[in-house]
Amino acid sequence: MMKETLEKIREEALKQIQESDALERLNEIRVAYLGKKGELTSVLKSMKDVAPEERPKVGQMVNDARAAIEEKLEEAKTALAAKMREEQLKREVIDVTLPAKKMNVGHSHPNSIALEEVERIFVGMGYEVVEGPEVEYDRYNFERLNIPKNHPARDEQDTFYINDTILLRSQTSPVQVRTMETRELPIRMIAPGRVFRSDEVDATHSPSFHQIEGLVIDKNITFADLKGTLAEFARELFGPETKVKFRPHHFPFTEPSAEVDVSCFKCGGKGCRFCKGSGWIEILGCGMVHPHVLEMSGIDPNEYSGFAFGVGLERIALLKYEIDDMRLLYENDTRFLKQF
Amino acid sequence: MNTALSWIKAYVPDLQVTAQEYTDAMTLSGTKVEGYECLDKNLEKIVVGEILSIEKHPDATKLIVCQVNVGKETIQIVTGAPNVKVGDKVPVVLDGGKVAGGHDGGPLPEDGIVIKAGKLRGVDSYGMMCSIEELGSSKDMYPDAPESGIYILPQDAEVGADAVELLGLHDVVFEYEITSNRVDCYSVIGIAREAAATFRKPFCPPVVKETGNHEDIHDYLEVEVEDTKLCPRYCARMVKNIKLAPSPEWMQRRLAASGIRPINNIVDITNYVMEEYGQPMHAYDYELIAGHKIVVKCAKNGDSFQTLDGQERELDEQVLMINDGEKEVGIAGIMGGENSKITDDVKTMVFEAACFDGTNIRLSAKRIGLRTDASGKFEKGLDPNNAKEAIDRACQLIEELGAGEVVGGIIDVYPNPVGDSRVPFEPEKMNRLLGTQVSSEDMLKYFASIGLSYDEKSNEIVAPSFRQDLHCMADLAEEVARFFGYDNIPTTLPSGEATTGKLSYKLRVEAVAREIAEFCGFSESMTYSFESPKAFDKLMLPADSKLRKAVSILNPLGEDFSIMRTQPLNGMLTSLSTNYNRRNKNVKLYEMATIYLPKSLPLTELPDERVQFTLGMYGEGDFFSMKGVVEEFFDKVGMHKKTEYRPNAVKPFLHPGRQAEIVYEGQTVGYMGELHPQTAENYKIGERCYVAVLDMPVITPLTTFDRKYTGIAKFPAVTRDISMVMKKEILAGDIEKMIEQRGGKILESYQLFDIYEGSQIAEGYKSIAYSITFRAKDHTLEEKEVSAVMEKILHGLRSMGIELRA
Repeated sequence: MMKETLEKIREEALKQIQESDALERLNEIRVAYLGKKGELTSVLKSMKDVAPEERPKVGQMVNDARAAIEEKLEEAKTALAAKMREEQLKREVIDVTLPAKKMNVGHSHPNSIALEEVERIFVGMGYEVVEGPEVEYDRYNFERLNIPKNHPARDEQDTFYINDTILLRSQTSPVQVRTMETRELPIRMIAPGRVFRSDEVDATHSPSFHQIEGLVIDKNITFADLKGTLAEFARELFGPETKVKFRPHHFPFTEPSAEVDVSCFKCGGKGCRFCKGSGWIEILGCGMVHPHVLEMSGIDPNEYSGFAFGVGLERIALLKYEIDDMRLLYENDTRFLKQF
Repeated sequence: MNTALSWIKAYVPDLQVTAQEYTDAMTLSGTKVEGYECLDKNLEKIVVGEILSIEKHPDATKLIVCQVNVGKETIQIVTGAPNVKVGDKVPVVLDGGKVAGGHDGGPLPEDGIVIKAGKLRGVDSYGMMCSIEELGSSKDMYPDAPESGIYILPQDAEVGADAVELLGLHDVVFEYEITSNRVDCYSVIGIAREAAATFRKPFCPPVVKETGNHEDIHDYLEVEVEDTKLCPRYCARMVKNIKLAPSPEWMQRRLAASGIRPINNIVDITNYVMEEYGQPMHAYDYELIAGHKIVVKCAKNGDSFQTLDGQERELDEQVLMINDGEKEVGIAGIMGGENSKITDDVKTMVFEAACFDGTNIRLSAKRIGLRTDASGKFEKGLDPNNAKEAIDRACQLIEELGAGEVVGGIIDVYPNPVGDSRVPFEPEKMNRLLGTQVSSEDMLKYFASIGLSYDEKSNEIVAPSFRQDLHCMADLAEEVARFFGYDNIPTTLPSGEATTGKLSYKLRVEAVAREIAEFCGFSESMTYSFESPKAFDKLMLPADSKLRKAVSILNPLGEDFSIMRTQPLNGMLTSLSTNYNRRNKNVKLYEMATIYLPKSLPLTELPDERVQFTLGMYGEGDFFSMKGVVEEFFDKVGMHKKTEYRPNAVKPFLHPGRQAEIVYEGQTVGYMGELHPQTAENYKIGERCYVAVLDMPVITPLTTFDRKYTGIAKFPAVTRDISMVMKKEILAGDIEKMIEQRGGKILESYQLFDIYEGSQIAEGYKSIAYSITFRAKDHTLEEKEVSAVMEKILHGLRSMGIELRA
């Protein structure tokens, strides 16, 4: 009798569990069967009517029924939760192609990006980055660089003067002199900075632009070292296939002097619109530091030698980033800056 | 400098190269070829034709129909040219050939113009007779060409021959960039010498012969040089019985290719020798030289002189003049005078070939405002030894061309002849400088090829005076390198002691500033260091403002670029204005801008150059977002102490109620604020603008990249909120200062979480709420510890006149 009742309860409960489709319903079932006032509980309560010798048996049966119901409940709950998670995920599908919420990070100036690249290369080769004043003494900008008063090279550079002895530096080369005067040897440095020349503003000229000066002074520095260093620099900056060509040139403060062309990184040297068909692009001037310049800075040219070079930063930026008008660099239109 | 290859070949007869080979090799040996122009570009199938007959065109009054013998055949050509007649020899482009340009002489099309047989008004035409313009040249270069019409060839031209050849157009004109140290290469001979050495061919310069009749120039003329420093050498020769005529075609062609218009034999010879030897010459009409005497001396201040272009020129006592017995007749080395110039009636003339001080000529030309071909050469500092050879060459050409009778002898005032220069021959040193192993023999071979000799006795290299640029071992090393080939020098890296590559500390701090600015949405701008003094007014700086004391440029590019900036804002605001004007929204810019503060004016020492980390923005964001950028920066460079923002930084260009002086550890490190609406208007920016300027030289020493880990708190925190009502004028910063002062060791942090002004609060008052967090490092705080500290804080706040709310 008791057994049948229990069997019935158990069947009924399992059936209800089977049919339920919500967690709340499962909870109701739990309360209805296993709760304080639940059916199984009332069976237990009615144990007092059972013969004492039967009690353990009946008790065992009740417990079995409870365990079976609980197990089923748990199973159903897990299944239901999984189903609900499934449904939730379905509901939460988003359109991943909707626009991003950007942090609107700012952008570096193309000059700075180019400069950082150059600095990275030379710092890696053991060069220190140093600076010098932009308003400079005539003697550092010219005289100590073998360009005495009335030297025609002064006219070529169209210098801005403040007075007889002070000017806006027309090149970063005075930093060479300052470095040689004050630093311990050996020297390996680059000096980036702003320079000024009296050129009207147009697409290819600016009265203010930037140069990067380089200087190495040590024992046994050769022209071959200069070639090797700048070839390495060009490959790092413009790519491993880049070739360099050294052409004789003249600067008052270096001897021998050279201008350096790199193979056009657009066409690889075949000749294109970019390199005006020549396959080569001029990027810098360089040479062995003139013995007289060394002497004027207190360095014995019989013991030490060195090389120097000067690169136009804007030239590199314009070339690398294909900017066709120098004026863009100083307008600071955000539509321009955001492209870098 | 432009020169035809045919002229170079005249002195390097074995030279056989293409234009490109020549360009590459010369450039690599140091005579840079900027570019070249093939004169026969797009000239194809052009032959000499002879006009056999001319008939009228049946249907066009302006056209004629010609039968032209072009050698192998006779063809019919219809033309509108007015100047041809039967028997004329003309250049004819045949069917399928090409000409360089149109008959009007406009710009030449890149690919030329193809000529095809066709009909003109119904009549067949199998070619075209050419004008000089169609051949890519001009009447300037071919003075015998008609004003308009077909170029008529000389009668002896061979029918059917290559007309381009006949016109000397199978030639290439090279443009050179000559460096300032190679004065000798501003001449055809100089370049030819380099070409011969480059291609290892014999160099055959013109041979100058004795010239002149039995007379002696000294019987005609006297020359006196007062200033031998400014005129180290003066050569004069004379020519009488002058017969002006056009110069021969070969001379005209060479001049034309060099960009010089042929005029007559005398002028052309002068120009020819100037190109050939690089020595400018001048010719005076002997009859106009008063007293038949030439005196070289400086002008007097205030002198005025009419040059041969008819212009009056103001002179001063540093301008060297050529005088006759009575008056000034020419500005030495720059331009002759109207009063002595050669006219078509000239009978007898004086040739002058002199050497003037280059610097003086350059400065004089600059002051007078007259730069000529001649002064351009003189100012480079010419070789005085070249003058005599050049004037003799000119006289030789006078005789060869039959342009006159050269008077015997020369007047040569040359008190201090310049000799050769000598440099010790040190092959090992040169190899050590170059990183090469060139043999002494090869070095000497290179030197010989450019006219330098070797004195074995003294072991010296002897450089003639035309190489005034060779002084020391390094100079000779460059000559070795040029002819050994820069390409053949090995590539190595410097050996020796290793050095550490690094940025200076200053640059490191600046790099962080730039990084932070960019993370915060600011893009980097760059503006000029010089600006207009009008910037001071736009920024509403008072008349006595220190910032108005700026370094000014003596020779600026105009007022807009005339002073060195003393503040970075004009550049920033100009950039913001540009963006605003172009309708760019939400613009945020920063600049690492150097300002230049004079220590005294006029400048006796270099100004103080200070980098200003300058931020500017309009659009999204406000004062406090700008303040956030400043604090992010300070945080990143280790400035963790409390920064003070003192209201009213006394900046006239900022909103008086929205500006702050930024103070760190008692030092002013910058300022920030909203732009004054009037300033914004001055810069035509129609939105609220915020700026911050940080003075990097003050900030850099306050920064550190050292970091120390202090542990993560193990014990719980206690948080207390306080709500206050106070007068509006009381600053949050003062409340925070009080909290910090009284908070003691257990104060961890505080945060403003509410601020309110409005209807719930009395007029002139505001309510502020802070959340204060306490924590001890080593134990859990007890209630009484916190209460005691809170009591102190509240007491302090009350003493500031702040009312506390529950």
